[in-house]
Amino acid sequence: MRMTGLILLAALAAPAANAVEYQTVLPKQSTIHFEFRQMGVPIKGGFKRFTTQMAFDPARPEAARAQIEIDLASIDAGSPEADDESAGKLWFNRSVYPKATFVSSQVRALGNNRYEMRGTLTLKGKSRDMVVPVTFAPGNKAAVFDGGFVLRRLDFGIGEGMWSDVATVANEVQVRFRIAATGN
Amino acid sequence: MSAVMRYSTPAIVLHWLVALLIFAGFPLGVYMVDLPLSPDKLKLYSYHKWIGVTVLLLVAVRLGWRLTHTPPPLPDGIATWQRRASAITHGLLYGLMIAIPLSGWLMSSAKGFQTVWFGVLPLPDLVGKDKALGDLLAGVHQALNFTLLALVILHVAAALKHHFIERRPFLQRMAWGGKERT
Repeated sequence: MRMTGLILLAALAAPAANAVEYQTVLPKQSTIHFEFRQMGVPIKGGFKRFTTQMAFDPARPEAARAQIEIDLASIDAGSPEADDESAGKLWFNRSVYPKATFVSSQVRALGNNRYEMRGTLTLKGKSRDMVVPVTFAPGNKAAVFDGGFVLRRLDFGIGEGMWSDVATVANEVQVRFRIAATGN
Repeated sequence: MSAVMRYSTPAIVLHWLVALLIFAGFPLGVYMVDLPLSPDKLKLYSYHKWIGVTVLLLVAVRLGWRLTHTPPPLPDGIATWQRRASAITHGLLYGLMIAIPLSGWLMSSAKGFQTVWFGVLPLPDLVGKDKALGDLLAGVHQALNFTLLALVILHVAAALKHHFIERRPFLQRMAWGGKERT
């Protein structure tokens, strides 16, 4: 009986047009960018290669899940010199830790197509819980999920030793992602 | 002997201020380019750019002052070809003092690094990120700088020659010892 009630409620909350589960990610329309300050100068970068697995049903956001795996070798750190430097032990130590992963643990609806995604980011062998606000924009062909958070690089040992001086390279890195997905 | 005519006080202050900045910025630029990437390198690059932007501003003021104020005449007895060479050299020095910081600013933009004066005041990127353009401007910046070096050597040598070899009280023109032209 209780089950029927829940299904009814879900059916009422979600009009038929929305009853789609987004799970096919469109890599070409998906991006991960970041920006940080170096001597007060904003530096833009990003990752070109990453894979996303996700499932999101607007009718059941609490059941949503996402998993992103980033190939750190695909970095654009602002300049070729910085790309090379970022591979080293003091930065990503990429030969030992070639990937960064994010795995969601909980998604909460905030209303107005805004959601709060909690999860664990693993980078350079260190895992940290993150809270990531995400907005959902349904579209004709694909829905778009935009999110961003501030990553404190020193929490993950990104930039150790001489590079831990945050007056030169800021600790805060603004990360922004856009994931496009269809329900097909 | 009559008192030496000297440049006006603002012209003298600007001359030595810009000279000081060039004598700091030039060797800094030569030193920093081949350093391996490190926080110190990033700092030196920023200091170099801040110096360059400061030179550009001071030279703009200087040029304005120079165009509205007549400099003291060269002493009698200096050959015509030397007067002409002096005028050309001074013109080129002004041109380079504008072109060099400008080429550095554009190069920085082309290489994807906005110039932020003293880490506080962002200068607009007049060109977008473009690796080929960045490399080209790096070559231009370097060539202009070594031209400047040659002209500064000529400039200093000529002043010293007039002063010490021809024994005219010449250096006072750019010092406060002389009498200001009125």
